[in-house]
Amino acid sequence: MAKRVLIAEDEPNIVTSLEFLMGQIGCDYQTAVNGEEALRAAADFRPDLMLLDVMLPLKSGFEVCQTLRGNEALRKIKIIMLTAKGRETEVAKGLALGADAYITKPFATRELLDTVKRLLGE
Amino acid sequence: MLTAPLIVIASFAYVGLLFAIAYYGDKRADAGRSIIANPYIYALSLAVYCTSWTFYGSVGRAATSGIGFLPIYLGPTLMAALWWYVMLKIIRISKQNRITSIADFIASRYGKSQMLGGLVTIIAVIGIIPYIALQLKAISNTFTIILQYPNLAPAEHVGTPLFLGDNTFYIAMLLAAFTILFGTRHLDATERHEGLVAAVAFESLVKLLAFIAVGLFVTYWLYDGFGDIFDRAAQTAELSALLTFGGEVGNYATFASLTLLSMAAIMFLPRQFQVSVVENVDERHLNKAIWLFPLYLLAINIFVLPIALGGLMHFPSGTVDADTFVLTLPISERVPWLTLFAFVGGLSAATGMVIVETIALSTMVCNDLVMPVALRARSLRLTERRDLSGLLLGIRRGAIVLILMLGYLYFYLAGEAYALVSIGLISFSAVAQFAPAIIAGIFWRGGTRDGAVCGLAAGFLVWTYTLLLPSFAKSGWLPIDYLEQGLFGIDLLRPQQLFGLEGFDAVTHCLFWSMLANIGGYIAVSLAQRPSAAEHGQATVFVDAFRQSGATAGPRLWRGSASVNDLLALLGRFLGPERARETFESYARSRGARSVESLAADASLGHHAESLLAGAIGSASARVMVASVVEEEPLGLDEVMNIIDEASQVLAYSRQLEQKSRELEAASQNLRDANQRLQELDRLKDDFISTVTHELRTPLTSIRAFSEILRDNPRLDDAQRAQFLGTVIKESERLTRLINQVLDLSKIESGNAEWHSSEIDMREVVDDSVSAVSQMFKENGVQLDVRLPQELPSIVADRDRLMQVMLNLLSNAAKFCKRPGGRVSIALARQDGFLRVDVTDNGIGVSESDKEIIFEKFRQVGDTLTNRPQGTGLGLPICRQIINHFGGRLWVQSQPGEGATFSFTLPFNPALPQARAAA
Repeated sequence: MAKRVLIAEDEPNIVTSLEFLMGQIGCDYQTAVNGEEALRAAADFRPDLMLLDVMLPLKSGFEVCQTLRGNEALRKIKIIMLTAKGRETEVAKGLALGADAYITKPFATRELLDTVKRLLGE
Repeated sequence: MLTAPLIVIASFAYVGLLFAIAYYGDKRADAGRSIIANPYIYALSLAVYCTSWTFYGSVGRAATSGIGFLPIYLGPTLMAALWWYVMLKIIRISKQNRITSIADFIASRYGKSQMLGGLVTIIAVIGIIPYIALQLKAISNTFTIILQYPNLAPAEHVGTPLFLGDNTFYIAMLLAAFTILFGTRHLDATERHEGLVAAVAFESLVKLLAFIAVGLFVTYWLYDGFGDIFDRAAQTAELSALLTFGGEVGNYATFASLTLLSMAAIMFLPRQFQVSVVENVDERHLNKAIWLFPLYLLAINIFVLPIALGGLMHFPSGTVDADTFVLTLPISERVPWLTLFAFVGGLSAATGMVIVETIALSTMVCNDLVMPVALRARSLRLTERRDLSGLLLGIRRGAIVLILMLGYLYFYLAGEAYALVSIGLISFSAVAQFAPAIIAGIFWRGGTRDGAVCGLAAGFLVWTYTLLLPSFAKSGWLPIDYLEQGLFGIDLLRPQQLFGLEGFDAVTHCLFWSMLANIGGYIAVSLAQRPSAAEHGQATVFVDAFRQSGATAGPRLWRGSASVNDLLALLGRFLGPERARETFESYARSRGARSVESLAADASLGHHAESLLAGAIGSASARVMVASVVEEEPLGLDEVMNIIDEASQVLAYSRQLEQKSRELEAASQNLRDANQRLQELDRLKDDFISTVTHELRTPLTSIRAFSEILRDNPRLDDAQRAQFLGTVIKESERLTRLINQVLDLSKIESGNAEWHSSEIDMREVVDDSVSAVSQMFKENGVQLDVRLPQELPSIVADRDRLMQVMLNLLSNAAKFCKRPGGRVSIALARQDGFLRVDVTDNGIGVSESDKEIIFEKFRQVGDTLTNRPQGTGLGLPICRQIINHFGGRLWVQSQPGEGATFSFTLPFNPALPQARAAA
C-alpha cells in the first residue's frame, strides 16, 4: 500500500517540485497552501508523513506541528520541517516541538528523498 | 599793650591772610597751575582734624584724665595704617562717580537714593552742631580772656543775653561771612576748593607752630625741660595719678571706645571727607599722608602733658580752667607776643574747622536735602527756571548761616555744661553712625538702601536719646528727671543706663547701644531683602571700584538719548550758562571734537552732564534732572545680566557648575538614546537580513530542486522538461530582480543613490510608461485609459526614477485588477501647487488595515495560492522612497472589492512663474 504524504507549502513552484519528487518514489500526496488547510488535510487525508513549511500563512508550521503532536489520533504522523530560515534556534525549536527532521531550503533533492524514505521505512 | 582793637585787627589780619592764600590758590588753579598738588599740602590739609579741641581741649582733658586725651589721636594713627586700602578705595569710588560729600557717597552707594542722602545730611548737621558750638565756645572764651590781658579772669558766659548782646553771636556771624567768602563764591561741579585747601594747610602749620611755641615756652622757660615737669608732677599724688591708667576715667573701655570713635571720625567727619576725598587731587598723595599725618598728630601732642601739668602746678587749684592753659600760661607770664600767637593759633584751629565743616555741610544740605525737595515741589516751578546757579549759591549761603546759628544756639543752651572734649565726643558719636553703611557698603554687595536707612536711623535715634538730649537735660533745658529716672519714669529707659547697662561712661554707653542698633538694623534688613537692580548696579560700582577703569564705571549704566542743547541748557540752569558752556567746550576738546555742537549726544556726554550736575545738586537729583531731558531707555537684558554677573561671582560660578553638570547629564542621555537607536537599528538590520535571506532562499529552492530533478531524470517527457526549465528561468529572473531591488532600496535609504534630476514633463513620462506596458496589458486583456491635461507645468525630478514608479504602479494594477474585464486608468491633475497622478484599477482593493502595510518592506498582501502576487515585496516601498525624495507623497485609497487608486503628488518646478500661480 502506497505511503501517503501531505505537502504543506505556499510557494507554487516548490509545491510542483515536491509533488514531482513524491510521485517519483511512489507515494500518494496531497497539497495544502496554509496552516489551517494543512490541519484539515491531516485529519481527512491521514498522511503517514508531512512535508511542513514553517512560514505558512494563517498558521505557522510550528503551530501545525504542535497541534498534531497534541492530537491522539494524529500524533504518529512523521513530520519533516522545511524552512528558508536556517538558524540554529529555529532548527532546535522545530525538533523540540516534535518534528522528526528539519531540512533547510534550498534543499538537495536526494537528501530530502533519503529522509522521507528513512522515516517512512521505520 | 594787647588792646581790644589790636586783637581784633590781628584776628582780621590773620583771616585776611588766609583769604589771600585762598584767593591766590584759586587763581593758580584756574590757570591750571595748582599749588596744592603735592602730598605735603594734602597731609597738612588733613590736619584740619585738629581743631580748638586739640589746641585747647586736649590740655583740659589731660589735666583731668592724664593720657585720656590720647585715644583721639591714636584712632586716626591706627586708621591711617589702613588708608592705603580703605581710604584709597573711597577716593577711587568718589572720583569715578564724582561724589561730592559723604551724604552723596552713601546715597550713591545704595542706588542713588535721595531719601538716604537726606537722612545722612540731617544726621550730619545735627551731629556736627555741638562740634561747631565747641569752636564758638573756644573762640568766645579765649577772646574774653585775652581782652582782660594781663589779668586772669575766669571766662563767664552764663547770664549774657542771647544774640545781639553776645560777642559769640558776632563771632558766629563773622565766621559765616568768612565761610561764604571762602566756599561759595562760585559753583564748581567737582565741589573742589583749591584755594581753601591751601589756606587750611597754612592754618594747620600756624596752629602747630603756635602750640609748639607755647609748649617750648612752658617746658623750657617755666620749667627745665620734660624731665623737670614730670619729676615735679610725680611728687604730687594728684598729678602722678594722671600719668597712669586706672581710676574712673582711665578705664580701658573708655580708652577703647574713644579710639574707635576717632577712627571713624577721621574718615567720616564731613570736613575730613571733604579734604581727604573730595579735595584730593592725586590719590598717590595718600601714600605720604599715611605717615605724614600721624607724624603731625605726634608733633602737636608732644607738649600736651607738659602744658597740662605745668598749668596745674602753676595755677592754684581750680582758679583757671584747664581748657585755657595754652593761653593763660603765656598771659600769666606776661609774654604778649606769645599770648597773641597762641590766640591766633587757637583762632586758626577753630576757623579752619568751622569753614571746612560748614562748607561740607552746606553742600550736603543744598544737594541732598533742599534741592531734591525743591525740584520735586511743583509749586516752586524750579524745573522751568532758566538759571538756577544763583539759587543754588543762595541755598548754600543760607545753609552756612543756619548751621552757624544752630551751633551758636547749642553753645548758648548746652555749651557751659561740658568741657570742650566732651562736646566734641558727642559729634564724634554721631558721625560714627556712618561707619557701618560706608565700610560695609564698599566691601559687601549685600547691603541695601532699606538696610542703610534702618541702621542709620536706629543708630541716630539711640544717639539722640542717650547723648544729645541728655546734654540739654544737664544744661537745664530739659527736665533732669528724664535723665535720672528714665523716660516716663521707666528705670530701664534711663538714657545713660539704657536697659540697665551701667558702669560705662556716657560716650561708651552710647557707642555700644547705637552701634548695636545701627549694625544690627543694617545687616538684618539687608539680609531680609534682595537688592534692587539699581542697588545691585551701584554695589558693583563701589565694591569692584579697583577692578574698573574710571571711564567705564558710569556710562555702562547710562543709556539714553538727548540733544546736546538740551543737556547744555539743563546744565546752564544749575551752573550758569557761561560755566556750562565752558565745561562742554573743554569736554569737546578732550574728545577731539571741533565744537560743542559737533559733539555726539551719546551716553558718555549724558554721563558727563550728570556728573557735572551731581557736583551742583547731588548725584540723586542729578540723575532725576538728566532723566527729565533724556529719553532714557530702560536697562537692557544684557546690561542687567552684566550687573548680575559681576555682582555675584559666586552665583555665576555655581551656575557654571550647574550648567556643566546639566550638559554632562544631557550628553549621557544623548549617549543612551544613541545607543538605544543603534540597538534598534541593529535589530531592524537583523530582521531585514533575515527577511532578505528568506526571500532569496525561496526562488533558490525552486531553481535547485528543478535543476536536480532535470539532472536525475534524463528521460522526462518534453512538456514536463520545458515546464521545469521555464520555472528555473522565471525563478532566476525573480532572484535577479530581488537582488537589484534590495540593492536599490538600501542605496536610497543610505542616501547613496544617484539622482539625475532635470526639468521634465510628466505627460511624457506617462506616455512612455504606457507604451512600455501596453503589450503586457494586451496579453492580460486589461483595458488602459489615460487622461492627460492640455497643459501642465514642468517638474524637476529624475526621469528614470519616475518611470520606475509608474511601471511599478501599472504592473501592480494589472496584477490585481479584475479577470476578466480588467480596467486601469491614469489621470494627471493639478492640486494645491502640486502635480497629482492617480492610477486606478478595478481589482479586489486594499483593506483598511493593509493600506500602510503594503508600503512596508516584504509585506505582500494575499494569502491563497491563487492570488499570491508575483513580486518581491519591495516595489511599493521603493516607490514611496522615490516620491518622498522629490518632496511628494504616495498613498492608496480603496474600498475592498471596488478597486484601488494609488496616487502620488510632486511639487511643480519652483523656478516657474506659473508654478507659483498654480500654487
